Amino acid sequence: MSTAVGQAPQAGDGTADSKRSVVYALPKAVAYAAAAFVVVWVLFIAGDSPAGPAVSNPGRFVVTLLDAITFAGLLFVVASGFTLIFGLMRTVNMAHGSLFLLAAFVAINVQHAMLGKSRNIVADEVGILDWVVPMLVGALVAACVGLILQQLFLRWNQGQELRQALITLAITVIMADQMLNHFGGLALRMTWPGSVTHFIEILGQRYATTRLFMLAVAVLVGALLWLWLNRTRMGLVIRAGVDDETMVRALGINITFVFAVTFFVGAFLAGIGGAMGASFAGAATGSDGDWLLNSLVVVIIGGLGSIKGAVAGSLLYGMVIAFAPAYLPSRYSFYAIILTFVLLAVVLAVRPYGLFGRPA
Amino acid sequence: MSDATFRVESLCAGYGEARVLDDLSFDMGTEAVAIVGRNGMGKTTLCEAIMGLVKPWSGAIIHDGERIDGQTPERIARSGIAYVPQGRRLFPSLTVDEHLAMLSKGNGDKRWTPEAVYELFPRLAERRRQGGGKLSGGEQQMLAVGRALLLNGSMLLMDEPSEGLAPTIVDILIEAVHHLVEEGVAVLVVEQNLRAATEMAERQLVMVSGRIETEVTAARLLGDAELQRRYLGVGASIDDGEPSPGGASKGHDT
Repeated sequence: MSTAVGQAPQAGDGTADSKRSVVYALPKAVAYAAAAFVVVWVLFIAGDSPAGPAVSNPGRFVVTLLDAITFAGLLFVVASGFTLIFGLMRTVNMAHGSLFLLAAFVAINVQHAMLGKSRNIVADEVGILDWVVPMLVGALVAACVGLILQQLFLRWNQGQELRQALITLAITVIMADQMLNHFGGLALRMTWPGSVTHFIEILGQRYATTRLFMLAVAVLVGALLWLWLNRTRMGLVIRAGVDDETMVRALGINITFVFAVTFFVGAFLAGIGGAMGASFAGAATGSDGDWLLNSLVVVIIGGLGSIKGAVAGSLLYGMVIAFAPAYLPSRYSFYAIILTFVLLAVVLAVRPYGLFGRPA
Repeated sequence: MSDATFRVESLCAGYGEARVLDDLSFDMGTEAVAIVGRNGMGKTTLCEAIMGLVKPWSGAIIHDGERIDGQTPERIARSGIAYVPQGRRLFPSLTVDEHLAMLSKGNGDKRWTPEAVYELFPRLAERRRQGGGKLSGGEQQMLAVGRALLLNGSMLLMDEPSEGLAPTIVDILIEAVHHLVEEGVAVLVVEQNLRAATEMAERQLVMVSGRIETEVTAARLLGDAELQRRYLGVGASIDDGEPSPGGASKGHDT
């Protein structure tokens, strides 16, 4: 995918005064030192933490790592849709979380309808189709709603980034109320298919295979997205449009159609993520805001508009979310969430446009 | 030459309040025409106005009997005008192959296919898998021209194609232009490089302050130092050993 490598300000050539290069080198040095410290801490020290150092408790370390990677899979599915839309159209789609939650609610209700009941569902009753079909229906609903929003509200504001952000923010508020009215305020949960609901032993730790299944789905989605962007003509046009939209138009390509398809796919990805998230952690009023924030954090770390960046951002963010509570000293566990922002600050200090981003 | 297939009539355009093109008119048939002039005379703006990237204020642009001014860039491109912009504007995320594949839809039986472009510029074929940003200046320009050819348009619009290129590469471009004109493609080229301009086209339109000041033949422009000094500025010479600074930049001369 996009090989755009973010251009952090580099120290100038030989004539550049050393003062400037120190200013630019300092954040980098601090970032590397911080990363090295974190690795050493997790592997060997981790004093007074729930998990203990990795060398003395390797099982816990591996499980935490798996937690990080599997959650990163879910993060990637949601954030890739967000970054795809932004990359091509420069639209910050604040309604991305709403589309996530809408798909989650729809998927849960479809699953309930397919099973004929809405309570006391045990995994063994859920066939693989009873999970895949609701997910696809939910994602399609999100994609269609996304497309309608784009055609009705965003299309004629193309290029007006602030206006689009405000419009989608308003849509978020409206959709949140509508969903509360329609689906109620209780947290609902989608049930994983029974065939993937087991526990396995990893170095003496029990591990739920549903998380691995979630990762597999995410990898499949990522692979399909990669094929679409790299092996189809429309994918090429989208990547070219991310680089230079005006030039694509000057080559006679109808970008308006490509915009619509991109928005559809971006919303579809939010929807797939919604169904996965509803199975993984449940769906409730407020999840929309959480997942908008998650997407934003991932793409800011990875670089807005870069799919590669979405992978890197998801992995880094997933790591912090999984490792912070396990490896911080117990009396500081409270502050685990703050590390997310430390990660953001460190990445932005070294690469102001994110890991794979570049200036607009 | 032949009857006019492309005509610009009293074109005015600019940015904000600033008028850049001022009552500009010319016409051309299936031939090569060069527009020369100093920096800041509005050459790039003229290209952008033709392509619909800058909205004309008034006047008309007529291509193959149809008015194209005021239309969107994609419609103008599909009316048959293939654009090679200043600074080339390749897509850094795409390889050479992908640049061409992106535009080769339904080109099977037309003159220009990716394979035909590789035949025209064999050097590009060796760089198929390279990213658009990792090519040399000359290869970038070949790709920009090849990409435009895939539109199979009736006219090629080139903005400063020789900018930042070595003389041997400029020769390849000049040859390609002659080749295209022979095949019946009109070529409108904006040039600062006097040698490139005069070898590409017989008709030289001199642009001064947003209008076509005069038209001369290539031989006359080459032979008349006074003319060169007056319209192209001091230092204009047929020696192009020194590439202009900021070769691959996207800078615009307004």
